[in-house]
Amino acid sequence: MRPADRALLLLLAGVAAFTLCFADAARLRGAAGADEAERTRLVAQLRLTDLALFTEARYTRHPSQADLHSAFQDHPLAFEHFPSGSLIGPPPGLVQSHSKVGGDGTAIPAAEVSK
Amino acid sequence: MIELHSIRKAFNQGHDNEYWALDGIDLHIEAKKVTALRGPSGSGKTTLLTIVGCLSRPTEGRVRLLGEDISGLPERFLTEIRRRRFGFIFQQFNLIRGLAALDNIILPAYPTGRPRRELLDRAEELLAGLKLGHRRHAKVEWLSGGEQQRVAICRALINDPEVLIADEPTANLDTHLAGEFMGILEGLAAQGRTILLTSHDPLVVESAVVQRVVDMRDGKLLSSPR
Amino acid sequence: MKLWLAKQRYLIDFTLASLARRKARNLGLLFVYIVLVFMLASVTLYTHALRQEAARVLAASPEVILQRMVAGRHDLIPPGYQERIGRIRGVQKVEGRLWGYYYDAVTKANYTFMVPAENAPAAGEIIVGPALERARGLAKNNGISFRSYSGKLHTFIVAEVLPQASELVSADLVLMSEASFRAFFDYPAGHYTDIALSVANPLEVRNVAVKLAAALPDARPILRDEVLRTYASIFDWREGIVLALLSAAILAFGILAWEKASGLSAEEKREIGILKAIGWETGDVIKMKFWEGLLISLTAFLIGFVAAYVHVFHFSASLFEPVLKGWAVLYPRFQLTPHIDGVQVATLFFFTVVPYAAAVLVPIWKAAITDPDSVMRS
Repeated sequence: MRPADRALLLLLAGVAAFTLCFADAARLRGAAGADEAERTRLVAQLRLTDLALFTEARYTRHPSQADLHSAFQDHPLAFEHFPSGSLIGPPPGLVQSHSKVGGDGTAIPAAEVSK
Repeated sequence: MIELHSIRKAFNQGHDNEYWALDGIDLHIEAKKVTALRGPSGSGKTTLLTIVGCLSRPTEGRVRLLGEDISGLPERFLTEIRRRRFGFIFQQFNLIRGLAALDNIILPAYPTGRPRRELLDRAEELLAGLKLGHRRHAKVEWLSGGEQQRVAICRALINDPEVLIADEPTANLDTHLAGEFMGILEGLAAQGRTILLTSHDPLVVESAVVQRVVDMRDGKLLSSPR
Repeated sequence: MKLWLAKQRYLIDFTLASLARRKARNLGLLFVYIVLVFMLASVTLYTHALRQEAARVLAASPEVILQRMVAGRHDLIPPGYQERIGRIRGVQKVEGRLWGYYYDAVTKANYTFMVPAENAPAAGEIIVGPALERARGLAKNNGISFRSYSGKLHTFIVAEVLPQASELVSADLVLMSEASFRAFFDYPAGHYTDIALSVANPLEVRNVAVKLAAALPDARPILRDEVLRTYASIFDWREGIVLALLSAAILAFGILAWEKASGLSAEEKREIGILKAIGWETGDVIKMKFWEGLLISLTAFLIGFVAAYVHVFHFSASLFEPVLKGWAVLYPRFQLTPHIDGVQVATLFFFTVVPYAAAVLVPIWKAAITDPDSVMRS
C-alpha cells in the first residue's frame, strides 16, 4: 500500500475512534442514570451542599459553605485552593501539633461489639 | 524553436552591487539539435540557461518559445511550461536525499497527478534504458556520481519533454563516465530531442554529438549567431 | 476531483517520505504533541464532566442555607433563631442542620459528621460513607470508637454503608442520630450548625434572601444558585493544578512551534528550490507542507483526545489522582458520567491544531516564493 493511503487510512481510523468516543459517552450517560438518581436522592435527603472531593479542610470540603475569611487560616493539611498555596506543602510543625487535637479512636471488630 | 531577442539580465538591480550577467543576447536555438554554450565561469552561460528553461525571467528582452512570447507570463504558466517542455540535468544533480531512485525520478510528474502505476512503469523503462534497473530502490545518497547523474537524466525525461537542459554535465565526472554521458546524449539526440548544454569541457564541446557551439564571454556572445 | 485527489496523494507521499528521513526526531515531536493534547484534553473533559455532575446532583440541595456569622466566622445558630424566620412569606420549611468535622488521628483524615433530617440511624449507630469503609476497613455491624474533642471515647455500630454510587457526595460522611451527635461533640442543646430553608417558588428565592438579611443582620444566606456557581467555576484556569498544567503545556507548545517557525534548514530550502525547478508550483510546495502540518497535528489531536477520553471516563482520570488528592487522605472513588462539551472540544482542536499548522506554513511561505533558479546558481 502507498504511504499516502496508509496515512489517510490511519487518519480515518482516528476520526472513527474520535466519533466513537461520543457514542460511548452517550452510552455511559444512559447507563449512569440510576447512579445519578442515587446521588441526587442522597443530596436531597441529607440536605447536602457540596461534593466530597477534597476532605482536607472545611473550605475545600464545603467550598460553598466556607465563611468569607476561612481560606487562609484553616486546617494545616489544607489542600490550598489558591494558586500560591498549591506550590508549597504544609509546615511539618503544624501537622504534628495538630494531631493532638483529634481523637485516637480504634476500630473494634463486629464480634467484639456484640459481646 | 527558442528565440532570444536582446536579452539582458541584472542581479541586485538598483543596489550598489548591481551587475549585468547577460548583456544583449540574440540567439536562436534550433529544434532537434544539440547546442553547447561554451565560456569561462562568470560568462553568463548558466544564467542564459535559466532564462531559456523558464527558471527565471530576463530583466530586458524577449523570449519566444515556438513563436510564442513567454517572457511576460506569470510564474504559474512558466512553471507549467517548464514542467511540460523542459527537462533539467543540474551540475550537482540536485536529487532529493532520502528518497529512492524511483521516487526521485517520478517527482516532476507529481503535480500532473498522472496515475502512479503509469509513472512507475515509465521510470522503470527509463532506468532500464540507462542500465540502472538494479538500483531502482536504492536511496540516491548511496549511488555513485555516475549513477546519480543517470537518475537525474531519468528524472529529466519522466514528463517526456522536448527540450533537455544540462548545466556542466561532465564537471563532476571522470573521463570514463563523461564518455558514457556523451553516449547517452547521443541516444537522446537521436530520439529527436532539442538539447542545450553549457560546458567548457573539450570532451563535450568538441564531440561530434554537439552540432553547434556558441561561445560566450562577459554576458555577450562571441561567435556571430547562426 | 479525481485528479485533485491523485495530486494530494502524491503530495502526502512526498511529505511522509521527507518526515521519514528524520524518523526519530519527528516521532519524538509527535509523541510530545500527543502528550500535550492528552493533558489538555484530560483536564478539559474532567473538569467539564465534574462541573456538569455537580450542577445536576446539587440541583437537589436546599434552596437557601442560613449561616450565622460572628467576627467573620461561621457560628452556631442559637435557640429561638429559627422562629424569627418562619414568618417570612414563601418559606415552606425551616430546618436546623447539625453537622461538623472530626479529625481521625488513626487515618489522619477528616470526616464529616452529620445528622440526617430523615431516616436518621438509631442512637449508638452510624451510617458511613464508602471512603470511610475503605480507610478504616469498616463493614456493616462493625463497631468503631472515636475519641471526642472532650476526651471521651464513644463507640458506634455501623448500621449501613452508603452505596458506592453516591461516593462523590458521600465519601467521608458519618451519619448519626441527633442525640449521639450532641453527646459526641458536647453540642449545646437547642443550637444548630446552620439552617436549611425550602422555598417553593424559585422566583422568590432572592426576595427571601433579602428579607432574611434584613431580619437577621448577623446571618449570611447562601442560595442554591451560589452553590451551583461555586462548582461552575471549580477548576477555573487560575487554580493551582490547572494553572500548572496549562503553563507547562503552553511552554511546551511554544518550544514546539518555535522550533518549527524559527526557520528551515539549508537542506529544506535547497529541496524547495529543486522541487520548483523541476516543475512544482509554489502552491504545490505549500500544499505539501500544509499536509505535513495537518497530518502531524491531526494525528496528535485524535490520538491525544481519544486517549484522554479513555483516561478520564474509563480509568477515572487516575493520572490526576495524586494531584487532585492533594494532602487529603480520603479521596472519593468515582466514575464521572461523560458529559462532553462540543464547544470545548472545538476550542481545543482550534488551539492545538491550527497554531502548529500555521507554524509549519509560515517559514515555507517565505522559502517557496524564492526564485527557482537559485538551485542553478549555487
